[in-house]
Amino acid sequence: MAVDLLERLRARLSEDGLEAEFAHGLLAVQLPREALLETVHRLKNEFGFDLFLDVTAVDWPDRDPRFDVVCHFYSTHDHVRVRLKTRVPAADPVVDSLVPLYGSAAFMERECHDMFGIRFRGNEDLRPILLYEGFQGHPLRKDYPKEREQPLVRYRE
Amino acid sequence: MTMRDTDETLPNPVRPAFDTPSTEDGVIVNIGPSHPATHGTLQIIAELSGERVVRADVHCGYLHRGFEKECEAHTWHTLIPFVDRLNYCSALINNFAYCDAVETLMGVEITPRTRYLRTLLSEYSRIADHMTCIAASVMELGAMTAFLYLMTIRDWIYEHLADLTGARVTYSYGRIGGLAHDLPEGWLERLEQILDEYEEYVGRIHGLMDRNRIFIDRTRDVGVISTEQAVHWGFTGPILRSTGVARDLRRDTPYLAYPELDFEIPVGINGDNYDRYYVRMREMDESVHMIRQLMQMLPDGPINVDDRRCTLPEKQRVYTEIESLINHFKLVIDGPQVPAGEVYRAHEAANGELGFYLVSDGTGTPHRVHVRAPSFVHMGGLHKLLEGYQLADVVSTFGTVNMIGGECDR
Amino acid sequence: MSHDHEKTGAFEYLTTRKDELVGWARKFSLFPYPFVTACCAMEFMSVSSTMYDTDRFGAALPRFSPRQSDLLMVVGTVTHKQAPILKKVYEQMCEPKWVMAFGVCATSGGFYQNYAALQGIDKIIPVDVYIPGCPPRPESVIDGIMQLQEKIAGSSHPIVGEKF
Repeated sequence: MAVDLLERLRARLSEDGLEAEFAHGLLAVQLPREALLETVHRLKNEFGFDLFLDVTAVDWPDRDPRFDVVCHFYSTHDHVRVRLKTRVPAADPVVDSLVPLYGSAAFMERECHDMFGIRFRGNEDLRPILLYEGFQGHPLRKDYPKEREQPLVRYRE
Repeated sequence: MTMRDTDETLPNPVRPAFDTPSTEDGVIVNIGPSHPATHGTLQIIAELSGERVVRADVHCGYLHRGFEKECEAHTWHTLIPFVDRLNYCSALINNFAYCDAVETLMGVEITPRTRYLRTLLSEYSRIADHMTCIAASVMELGAMTAFLYLMTIRDWIYEHLADLTGARVTYSYGRIGGLAHDLPEGWLERLEQILDEYEEYVGRIHGLMDRNRIFIDRTRDVGVISTEQAVHWGFTGPILRSTGVARDLRRDTPYLAYPELDFEIPVGINGDNYDRYYVRMREMDESVHMIRQLMQMLPDGPINVDDRRCTLPEKQRVYTEIESLINHFKLVIDGPQVPAGEVYRAHEAANGELGFYLVSDGTGTPHRVHVRAPSFVHMGGLHKLLEGYQLADVVSTFGTVNMIGGECDR
Repeated sequence: MSHDHEKTGAFEYLTTRKDELVGWARKFSLFPYPFVTACCAMEFMSVSSTMYDTDRFGAALPRFSPRQSDLLMVVGTVTHKQAPILKKVYEQMCEPKWVMAFGVCATSGGFYQNYAALQGIDKIIPVDVYIPGCPPRPESVIDGIMQLQEKIAGSSHPIVGEKF
């Protein structure tokens, strides 16, 4: 039943011209960023993926577009997972926000913005969540050196 | 020492979502991040109308230690100690979930003995985690005795795991392809003793807390959430189960030795604090039941899979054969070579779905390691549990949500 | 002149005895402020409980207000985001106060040598005793408390001015 759902999903997505393949137990879909919101709508309303697991990004500095924004979804009824991947260029790192569909997207998008600088159109609250006010740069990008500290409190002598 | 106003020299690391009250008699209060009841570091900026919380703005990130950036500077093996310190109350579950993800990506199949041992130790860690959560949350409500009872058992569990792994809290026991070493002599007998003591002590906790008028008044119908709201805000684990649905990855997407075990999934009725407490108590009992079954089912055999891509060769061979020497050298210096690709594997941790998303570029160092931390997602929905209830209920609700800072902030 | 010598000798005898008395009282009535952040909290909970009891040293009752406590136990990693809060809490405590760095992360940053973690709390506040370990065994913590007690007992405690 679970695999049926994924097969149906794969067939439906290929109708939209989106390629999907099975990878280590879930269905991985590569799509352009313009198709993201509509595909997630379809996942939630037609195919029952009610739990939004995660959104994160991967930095490939030698490639253009530079970032991969990766979202994972889970269906609590059918117990299957889906991964959506979309490519985002460094010059314009903007993706649609999933906050209108899933409440849990709010914090996760803030973290993605903190760490990579990806902006989520539709999420007005992109304050730093893991970092602090005044932190310059985005640490998980490959060009941010790991040891560069930005202390808030002056060190004593 | 001269008196000096420090506020102007110390910057505020966060920007609150609101700084003026929405009602005339509203007051904005800051709870944390150094607070006895926020176990770990969390800041809640709450707007109160009288005693009632009208709006809550949750700020985490005070324990962000750069785990994901550190992982990119270490090999797949040497980052296992960092993985421990995510959910430090049940560190073995983190170890095994991470090793499972790497093994999936590498295509390595673990031995049967390891499969059962990992399941047994995951359940053992889950008991320690739930114990810590319950002990801390009831202590905040004033039940010092229950805290001390549970800490006593937990100390025995820690000493017992120190016999096995060498450390009390952060074990680094999982290895890619197996475990660090096998069980010592007499370990299972001591386990049986601890489980018997556990049952006696937990019986006392039940006697002290379950029908306690004060405890019921403070936790019943406090922090209520419905199943749809819980799923919408991303809650998993005991919080989701307390709303009445039996969603458990051990049953829904089984892994390790769970398909062969007989266990129930406790669910709550209301989705309030009392249900979360009771679901955790019953889950501990189910874990003990599972451990007893696993102790009977444990097969003999090797711990580590015989695969030179990830398992260090025996010292005898390293010192006598050149191939083993080179293999050992390459595994230690470069790390196990994981083929390029990506994987997402999730285990049912004590707090919910703990997922590892790994991206490999074909070398011995990860390109990207991302942890889907249940506590972090729960903090996104915490305001739903706090709004509409009283200020004192913040303490009660926060305790049962079991935010672990290492996992939330990574 | 000889009269002054006698007076000085008696005065020093009295202040030494007073220092010992006050030191004895202070070392056995520590009010810790557990500034708890991370994994070391597990060992802090263990060391406060029945197996390894800090109550034996009089250091069991935590005071969660810096105004009422005298031992700041920094338990766990302090990140740069948390550093202003630590400094503020430290400055709100009244003299005499002591600081214990519990765990390797508080001592030196631990193995988090990156942008996020403060590489040791002694970069922002003075520390009296360091307890290494990740996390330290409860016996190490008790050893640290005992060393701190020796330090307290051996230090001078000016309560009033020297001319009294």
